[in-house]
Amino acid sequence: MTTADGTPLKVSLARAQRRLKFRAFYLVLPLFAFILITFFVPVFDMLFRSVENQIVPQILEKTAPLLLEWDDRDGELPPEEVFAAAKADFEKGYAEKTILKVGRRMNYEEPGFSSLFRKTARRAKNFEPPYKEAFIERDDEWGEVDTWRYLKRESGAFTISYYLAALDMSYGPSGEIGVKSDKRAIYINLFQRTLMLSLLITVLCFLLAYPISYLLATVSTKTSNLLLILVLLPFWTSLLVRTSAWIALLQQEGVINDLLVGIGLISDDGRLAMIHNATGTVIAMTHILLPFMVLPLYSVMKTIPPTYMRAAKNLGATPTKAFIRVYFPNTISGIGAGGILVFIISIGYYITPALVGGVDGTLISNFIAYHISQSLNWGLAAALGVILLGLVLVLYYFYDKVVGIDNMKLG
Amino acid sequence: MKVSMKQSTLAIAAAAAIGFGGIGTASAATELVIVSWGGAYTASQQKAYHEPYMEANPDVTIINDDSAAEGVAKIRAMSEAGNVTWALVDAVASSAITLCDEGLIEEIDHDAVLEPAPDGTPASEDFGDLIVSPCFIPQIVYSTTFGYREDLLSEAPTSISDVFDMEKFPGKRSLERKPINNLEWALIADGVDPDNVYDVLDTDEGIDRAFAKLDAIKDQVVWWDKGAQPTQLLADGEVVMASAYNGRLFAAIEEEDQPIAMMWDWQVFDLDGWVIPVGGPHREEVMKYLRFATDTQRLADQAKFISYGPARESSAPLVGKHAELGIEMAPHMPTNPENAKNTLLFNYEWWADRQDDLTERFNAWLAQ
Repeated sequence: MTTADGTPLKVSLARAQRRLKFRAFYLVLPLFAFILITFFVPVFDMLFRSVENQIVPQILEKTAPLLLEWDDRDGELPPEEVFAAAKADFEKGYAEKTILKVGRRMNYEEPGFSSLFRKTARRAKNFEPPYKEAFIERDDEWGEVDTWRYLKRESGAFTISYYLAALDMSYGPSGEIGVKSDKRAIYINLFQRTLMLSLLITVLCFLLAYPISYLLATVSTKTSNLLLILVLLPFWTSLLVRTSAWIALLQQEGVINDLLVGIGLISDDGRLAMIHNATGTVIAMTHILLPFMVLPLYSVMKTIPPTYMRAAKNLGATPTKAFIRVYFPNTISGIGAGGILVFIISIGYYITPALVGGVDGTLISNFIAYHISQSLNWGLAAALGVILLGLVLVLYYFYDKVVGIDNMKLG
Repeated sequence: MKVSMKQSTLAIAAAAAIGFGGIGTASAATELVIVSWGGAYTASQQKAYHEPYMEANPDVTIINDDSAAEGVAKIRAMSEAGNVTWALVDAVASSAITLCDEGLIEEIDHDAVLEPAPDGTPASEDFGDLIVSPCFIPQIVYSTTFGYREDLLSEAPTSISDVFDMEKFPGKRSLERKPINNLEWALIADGVDPDNVYDVLDTDEGIDRAFAKLDAIKDQVVWWDKGAQPTQLLADGEVVMASAYNGRLFAAIEEEDQPIAMMWDWQVFDLDGWVIPVGGPHREEVMKYLRFATDTQRLADQAKFISYGPARESSAPLVGKHAELGIEMAPHMPTNPENAKNTLLFNYEWWADRQDDLTERFNAWLAQ
């Protein structure tokens, strides 16, 4: 079939529709650009820092290329030309106030670089040849081959050292990779704890939310609206207020302990430690995240006709069997949605654990926050973030395989 | 994840803010954004510095921003976005050293920028050793020291060893969740000569020794992160003694009348002061303000509102009574001779090198 000018109808139609599609695309273009600029670009920029190492080759612009060519295997110090280049870089870097950044960067690899750079930078412009002796005279550390090996290792534009640190691996001066001793390993343990506690919180939320949602879905609209407000009221209260309330309730001299001592259930010396530990984190976070489980469950249960259960009973099923075979399978989509919401939110949570988590109730995000705002080691923070993101994506993949993401229903 | 996203969007948010901010500041009045710690501390600065300055300069409006706790990260984010909106920031000395190394705050010539003492002593001598970085203008000396519950302990602890003595002083303690101070205290309590603390900590055996000492009280310690926590824990009776900032303890004891007393043995001095972000707005006005707010009288005035010692030597004799309580402030100052028999000024250079490493070690130790 062709149109009047002889083009096939199919082509003509496609052309007309393409224009429409483009028009639709132009409509969403501003939004798309907005999300791209305000969300994806900053996130990727941040995550890119986990491998980026421009700072060393950029500031040690003369030294870094020479170091990369230097053969460090024979255990000898680099040749004089490297020291001469280092002198020039230190002098320029001190004038431009950039050289100490490299010191701080290298201090992540081996403590001591920070003061070594500060000490050397001040005097570098007065160094006289031979520069090797001048450097060593300023500080013995420059006479150690390992000092230069560390610098050579980090002279490239990219580094894996942040990821190794995030995975509790040690990284020797010439790039030997090993496992950190127990005295220094923290992050693997924290990732495990974060996943386990998040899972526990999700399960507890489910156990608490299921009967609540069932009640909400089955009572009269008037009552359920009232009950729903009770669910949402804490949701609208400030997070800090709710967390502080838990502190007042759970602490050793707190309401619950006083009550238990008062009725003689525990002795005054045996007051329970329910806060500033993992228990505190689990209790406070379960409370805070409960609405995220109740709402999807409630909206799914609301759509299950009561006739299903009646039909099941009519066909001879006991109430338990009817619930297991008929009602429960119908709520899976709500459980999936609520479960994913609670799990993903709790994996990245950090305010509540910071306040009530004590030592064994803090999560990986508390350490990401620490490296962002205290130690300024954004590379390590980014590496921890990427690993966390990777873990979530892997779990999401398995969730999709086992439960199926299409089954998820938010309402 | 949540955090890193938040921080990176900050750069963009800052970019947007300056875009609009540029229009707003076109008016005649100058708005100085001064970043500090909030609470009683900002209030003391408001009364001692901001209000008299605004009175003398009606065209200047000072806006308090209470985000000094995230100051280091935010200054870096603003600098990377190329839009620094903060004029002046209150920072602890160790942060100032970090920021100065990173080239994010300005180096200043203290004698040229700051007022000399009334007797003509140049500022650099009046502040003396407290100028720990060329970028740092000291303001107050505060100390981390101990408070204890008078009513819950049978006798008063008098030395740092008592903190580690579970037999004589049973009960929970609260310490800050970081290696700084705790390692030094552990070694001093273990009998190390205070002058040699950092030499001992320089060796692996020394670090092991400090952690071994901390092991003795580890299961009885509630660790705090925020300055308000230890006094709260003391007030609630959750712990019997706690390390805390001396100003917070003063507020709990004198203003809130809690049954808490202070133990000053081996209090650790630390410094807090001003830093100027590179590329910040209204530089000239900032310099004018700084000259005013750090002169001898103004620094002494701040001590009327909070029990932190003025950083200038010449301010000490001018410290008077508390503005509301009417009590003499001098005996409550960490620098008061009666309180300062044994003090430690912590080694900033040493900690600048070792902080990341020892924090890692400390956290691993906590998790064991």
